Amino acid sequence: MSATAEILDSVQSSYKWGFETDIEMDLAPKGLNEDIIRLISARKEEPLWMLEYRLKAFAAWLKMEEPDWARVDHPPIDYQDLHYYAAPKKKAGPKSLDEVDPELLKMYEKLGIPLKERAILAGVEPDPDERPQIAVDAVFDSVSVATTFRETLSKVGVIFCPISEAVRDHPDLVREYLGSVVPVADNYFSALNAAVFTDGSFVYIPKGVRCPMELSTYFRINARNTGQFERTLIIAEAGAHVSYLEGCTAPQRDENQLHAAVVELIAMDDATIKYSTVQNWYPGDADGKGGIYNFVTKRGACRGDRSKISWTQVETGSAITWKYPSCVLIGEDSVGEFYSVAVTTNHQQADTGTKMIHVGKGSSSTIVSKGISAGKSNNTYRGLVRILPSAAGARNHTQCDSLLIGDECGAHTVPYIESRNRTAKVEHEATTSKIAEDQLFYCRQRGLSEEDAVNLIVNGFCKEVLKELPMEFAVEAQKLLAVSLEGSVG
Amino acid sequence: MLDIRGLAASIGDKSILRGIDLVVPDGEVHAIMGPNGSGKSTLGYVLSGREDYTVTGGSVTFNGIDLLGLEPEARAAAGVFLAFQAPIELPGVNNANFLRTALNAIRRAHGESELDAMQFLKVARAETKRLSMPDDMLKRNVNVGFSGGEKKRNEVLQMALLRPKLAILDETDSGLDIDALKIVADGVNALRSPTFSALVITHHQRLLDHLVPNRVHVLAHGRIIRSGGPELARELEKTGYAGVLAEAA
Repeated sequence: MSATAEILDSVQSSYKWGFETDIEMDLAPKGLNEDIIRLISARKEEPLWMLEYRLKAFAAWLKMEEPDWARVDHPPIDYQDLHYYAAPKKKAGPKSLDEVDPELLKMYEKLGIPLKERAILAGVEPDPDERPQIAVDAVFDSVSVATTFRETLSKVGVIFCPISEAVRDHPDLVREYLGSVVPVADNYFSALNAAVFTDGSFVYIPKGVRCPMELSTYFRINARNTGQFERTLIIAEAGAHVSYLEGCTAPQRDENQLHAAVVELIAMDDATIKYSTVQNWYPGDADGKGGIYNFVTKRGACRGDRSKISWTQVETGSAITWKYPSCVLIGEDSVGEFYSVAVTTNHQQADTGTKMIHVGKGSSSTIVSKGISAGKSNNTYRGLVRILPSAAGARNHTQCDSLLIGDECGAHTVPYIESRNRTAKVEHEATTSKIAEDQLFYCRQRGLSEEDAVNLIVNGFCKEVLKELPMEFAVEAQKLLAVSLEGSVG
Repeated sequence: MLDIRGLAASIGDKSILRGIDLVVPDGEVHAIMGPNGSGKSTLGYVLSGREDYTVTGGSVTFNGIDLLGLEPEARAAAGVFLAFQAPIELPGVNNANFLRTALNAIRRAHGESELDAMQFLKVARAETKRLSMPDDMLKRNVNVGFSGGEKKRNEVLQMALLRPKLAILDETDSGLDIDALKIVADGVNALRSPTFSALVITHHQRLLDHLVPNRVHVLAHGRIIRSGGPELARELEKTGYAGVLAEAA
């Protein structure tokens, strides 16, 4: 048997985050209707304007149809067969760690998520003087269970809290910005999210402040037959800087679970937002059973001159990924970046990419997309670069590379380029390659195991993207790539 | 010691090695010469475990182990090193990282402690210096954008670092200028010891001027048709293979 055939031989999923936490839940009845939305709003103790926003979104959603243009295939989703609210019993928003259910703390410990205000995501106990510290917001099903370092951050004026809390405590900011980048009726899933979103993070960096530590949110879906509707809003005022990371996992289940998130970023003059994702939702088993449907709308608005929004994503999980983190480059000389590694194995399907909308003069964007397909998976890059007539001197460079492992998988590149200003420059490069038998043999002849060889080659292929991640997460992402491909190797 | 008996191998339906008998004692360098298509490279691949080839007969014992039963990485750990005729490019993989991963894999297999990045760099820099190679060779991606000569020198660097017990050099001298040729020969000569042997596949006498073999074997149609001392290579240089082939026929 050839080396590659052997690699593909025993494609056995090795999802290490698939355990379930047994915890008493407050669960809304299945189904989606106005009463459920009122219930969510009541559970979150929301003001009336928020409830009205949700109901308007729900009315819009009812009139919309699920999109079918993506290169993904799944049985129809029964939106009435899901729970739209699931929260650990007792307190909806514990004020301190001492109030968090010990079962939950145990779970986060198992996942390597630091809820003590010192450790970092990598699970290593760092010396707090040497290693950068990271503030964490932990979202469990529909609620945030803990947010660390809030006091430290509030000293410099940074607000980092669950969005449900921001709705109550910072209503002016939320009302001004929520839905301003992704309007309610932008698409089917964004409308659904606006109607039923439960938690996510809210970040506000005031003028001229450089956020003193990395911020991160960790999403975990635990309850059965539950949708998670995450909503995140990040605002960077003029001259502000922030680096934010999200991570996600879910238990191993036979049925599919829905995650439909909306993330909005707003960057004012000279502000920079760096948003990194390490997405590791349960991908389903080797036969394609179970796994998360990840239908996500992420968009950033570079409203200010010289503002910059950078998306970096490492996508290894989910049965289906439908996700196009985008930048609307309104400010003059604003900058949008998209760095992506998407790995699909077994029966996973990913249709992911970005949209760069150039409005401002001299705006520029960079897209680097690395797709890795193994098993019987399908990996599609779908990207739009649109230059509006106002965007004189705009520039875009797109590079899409696909790596195939075995010959039953697929890689597709679907670029859309629309330029309506003659002074703009748009470049697109695409390559497709296979891990060659001779590369594997070369590495093995030098003593590397087949798995180490594949890791080395894959990490080399992804290097341009991995180096964009904050260092701790880059290490984490490398390990994750190794684990994700573990089943498809050897 | 390498002991090859009746080794036969094919690729697809095509039989390439048709019964090779060859013994390379410890501490000896043997040259393999022969016309194109005679099976020289195949011999290197079969010894190092390339899976495209099927062994159809014979045995290979290396320091008492049945080599043919091992995976390629286990053969590497046992001390077999193949310097590739056309070294493979690994885009995005830093040469130093590759070499350290390889060295540590072999150290692990021997129950030795792994080298951290600093320890490794010290060792690697000493080798690049000794082999008159620029330091930036370590920083570049494995063989990517290397000239033909640089690729061959990179193979020698890997060999120097991994310290094999058996080095198989597959036409490592082809396409090299005299200076580069000397580096290759010096690389092998530096490893010469009572526990190191080499199989040097070459077309040219000039490598053997710097790397004097104990024995020279002529491979044709998948068999060794003649063996002799270093003088055999000089004879072939003058007369070509035609004479030896006719004699064997």
